[in-house]
Amino acid sequence: MKENSITLKEVLQHGLTQDEYERLKNLLGREPNRLELGMFSVMWSEHCSYKSSKVHLRKFPTEGECVIQGPGENAGVVDIGDGLVAVFKMESHNHPSFIEPYQGAATGVGGILRDIFTMGARPVALLNSLRFGPLSISKNRYLFEGVVAGIAGYGNCVGVPTVGGEIYFHEIYNSNPIVNVFCLGIARKDQITKGVARGVGNAVIYIGSKTGRDGIHGATMASESFGAESESRRPAVQVGDPYTEKLLLEACLEMMKLHLIEGIQDMGAAGLTSSSVEMAGRAGTGIELDLNSIPLREEGMDPYEIMLSESQERMLLVSKPGQEDQIMKICRKWDLEGVIVGRVTDDRLFRIKLHGKEVASVPVRLLTEEAPVYERPFAIPGYLDAIQALNLDLIPEPKDYNQVLLELLSSPTLANKEWVYQQYDHMVRTNTVLLPGSDAAVTRIKESQKALALTVDGNSLYSLLNPYQGGAIAVCEAARNLVCSGARPLALTDCLNFANPEKPDVMWQFALTVEGIADACRHLRIPVVSGNVSFYNETSDIGIYPTPVIGMVGLIQDTNRVTSSWFKNEGDLIVLIGEFKEELGGSEYLRVIQGREGGFPPSLNLAQETAVQTSCLKAMEAGIIKAAHDCSEGGMAVALAEACIASPYEKIQGAKIELNTDFTRKDALLFGESQSRIIVSIRPDRLSGLQRITYSLQVPTTVIGQVGGERLTIALKGQKVIDIPIQDLKQVWRGAIRDQMNGKAHV
Amino acid sequence: MRFGVLVFPGSNCDHDCYHVLKHTFGRSVDFVWHKENSLKGYDAVIIPGGFSYGDYLRTGAIAKFSPIMKAVEQFAGEGGYVLGICNGFQILLEAGLLPGAMLRNRTLKFICKEVFIRVENNHTPFTNRCKPHQILRLPVAHADGNYYAEPSTCQILESHRQIIFRYCDSQGRTTEEANPNGSVLSIAGICNERGNVLGMMPHPERGAETLLGNTDGRLIFESLLSSLEVETR
Repeated sequence: MKENSITLKEVLQHGLTQDEYERLKNLLGREPNRLELGMFSVMWSEHCSYKSSKVHLRKFPTEGECVIQGPGENAGVVDIGDGLVAVFKMESHNHPSFIEPYQGAATGVGGILRDIFTMGARPVALLNSLRFGPLSISKNRYLFEGVVAGIAGYGNCVGVPTVGGEIYFHEIYNSNPIVNVFCLGIARKDQITKGVARGVGNAVIYIGSKTGRDGIHGATMASESFGAESESRRPAVQVGDPYTEKLLLEACLEMMKLHLIEGIQDMGAAGLTSSSVEMAGRAGTGIELDLNSIPLREEGMDPYEIMLSESQERMLLVSKPGQEDQIMKICRKWDLEGVIVGRVTDDRLFRIKLHGKEVASVPVRLLTEEAPVYERPFAIPGYLDAIQALNLDLIPEPKDYNQVLLELLSSPTLANKEWVYQQYDHMVRTNTVLLPGSDAAVTRIKESQKALALTVDGNSLYSLLNPYQGGAIAVCEAARNLVCSGARPLALTDCLNFANPEKPDVMWQFALTVEGIADACRHLRIPVVSGNVSFYNETSDIGIYPTPVIGMVGLIQDTNRVTSSWFKNEGDLIVLIGEFKEELGGSEYLRVIQGREGGFPPSLNLAQETAVQTSCLKAMEAGIIKAAHDCSEGGMAVALAEACIASPYEKIQGAKIELNTDFTRKDALLFGESQSRIIVSIRPDRLSGLQRITYSLQVPTTVIGQVGGERLTIALKGQKVIDIPIQDLKQVWRGAIRDQMNGKAHV
Repeated sequence: MRFGVLVFPGSNCDHDCYHVLKHTFGRSVDFVWHKENSLKGYDAVIIPGGFSYGDYLRTGAIAKFSPIMKAVEQFAGEGGYVLGICNGFQILLEAGLLPGAMLRNRTLKFICKEVFIRVENNHTPFTNRCKPHQILRLPVAHADGNYYAEPSTCQILESHRQIIFRYCDSQGRTTEEANPNGSVLSIAGICNERGNVLGMMPHPERGAETLLGNTDGRLIFESLLSSLEVETR
């Protein structure tokens, strides 16, 4: 039976433009059938093809001495010595999480876990970076509650600890929450497995859950903006089954240990289609699939549905010759379905058969390499001058700085995230050396003396005000967080969340962000090894602020050098490494206290940043530093308060701070978010040792106070401006999110 | 002296228990797959935490049908030491080796944090290294740790001194606030009447190394080791 011709309407419904369809027909040399059209539409979607971002992403430095695998595989791989590698990546699940928060977030975790264990690594830690609208709106509380529960429900069940993350609350995310999940795995170097369909004649094996009608066109959905009707798209959201994921994880790792697998890939976005063609594309081979052998959840599914389903917890692997029986045996052990569904071929075609008849045949290259690439136009946004203008003379200084500090600590973005991380099993696998709440999470490597530090970072307000600066600061701050925990940064992954790339404003934000990230990476010598772009974070024409998120991993040579952010002992000196500055642009203080969003984000000198980080690391290696905390959102005053109260243990420390620097505005000195600054505490007799190191790198250091007592007091030139019992600080900081979620107003 | 750590599909803390026994205490230890049907040659058995069978249906409800559970029953019947931690405790309840049942946490949320527990009976093979009423700081990590038993059962547990741990605050007071999940009588762990089977919600294997900032869990393993040493002497 011959199908009717494909109409323009169908093409557009598939998210392809008319031009793209013409290109498709020219490349194929004929009109595609509906199944083929479906496959092109997902493979050429923004989500799978990176068609708007590709030309920019090439600017990232991706090489370094530790890099074993850069972008292009399921995840990046870096060498950490002792025959071990760290494998990591970050991904977004923004669109599905808005439509169905629990499952959207849960399947995001599932997908990133599979990206890691397909590489032959055991996942050892998860992080997440979340953005929601303010909790005063009930819809946002519902989304926040659902996303956190979804991440918990999935990660906890699989038994991979969620060890940290970051959360911001801002109106701009009301209809576009951001859910980025990061996973780190560890593998033996000789067990790295890749997503390649190598070896003509090798069996292609399907393992895991059956294929159902869920998630069809999920990748296409993630490549479009939302309108008012977006919630009707629930069927495009998948449903997660973490238990099956756990079985898949254990079974795959067992197969990899025995070297049974030639290549493997998760059936994530675009399901069977993308896993097949991407594996064949990387290996320069073809794949032939027999649809009659695909395990189906329901009867009557047609080839289109089978090839585009995004049912979760499924893997496609290519067996080494003669290892099929061994693979099946391991599947049976773990109660998993394992079926041979095809073969690797040498014709570089993706061919699909049903009842012995070919129902699709497309050159692999057309679906992968030949996807369109756009140099989308960009232009400086008209809004820029207005938001960058900030006249501080018109902003009165507050009278009661105690009240300001308490208010900042109880604003959800700055408040303690215990309500969140207590729902995550953050200790399973007994590697979590630093409990959540410090600058970075630290997970030890049982096979060695080493540990890995990991963090996620990104400030979208900075990025709005100056996208280049926002991208660069995200990299620097992530690195600084790692340094504060005692780690030398190794490499990073990124998740670039933006609005509609077809708008020149947005494309300008994107292009500059990438440049900022790339420059900071080059200066700090931190390569990009994997990443993800999420465009079309836009609902009813309102797009998000540019939201680049950096995930970074660092190495700590000796677990004895792990450093936490909170003050330890009475009498220790508190020292600021870095400069005093007065920059209020883009600060949380301006936003929360003064109701102003604007100005320039803090300045950044990459050479100074490098020097500050290097000196801090050197001092740690010399055993001088007892606590180190990055000055970031909320500025120095908030950083000091956190260093007093962030300890997860019962005993907390007060501090007496005396600042004698010249200043023009108290609020700018206390709450400005100037970069390249680390607050450390040291034993008094180690001061000269610290200064020797910092002077040699020309980094200013200033003793600003002493640890001890039951209060945090800050005096400026002898005048006390802040004086609060630390128990009060702790109470508002810890209770803020819980109270808002329980419907109680905050301070 | 040989330990067996059971592995069900969905066990997550199997590696953690193995690590502590093998590397912290230097003992012989094997993973025992749930489809095995014998525990011959083992001196003690650990049923680790996790989500056996995904906790689908009810925590521990499917695991109890695994072949190994018949062997556990026999092993316990012969006086062998069985320690069920978290999901292991839930499995022991479902298997009827301990009385009572687990409900959802009072908050309806998963809870992962350090809590304090008070040792209520230090005359057991699992607590003999603890001081009377010693307060231990240990992590919990569960969604279904709200222990429930009927008043008559609770009375028996009390009178036979089968309540081994109660949630408390840092001063040892069993307040409502210190009870993380709503367990009846603040129960955090119980044993069988004979005293050789213990179920506890807190994770001693997560509190056995200085590097992790907690060593209180060592007391449970040290108690078990000393009981076994006395026996083999």
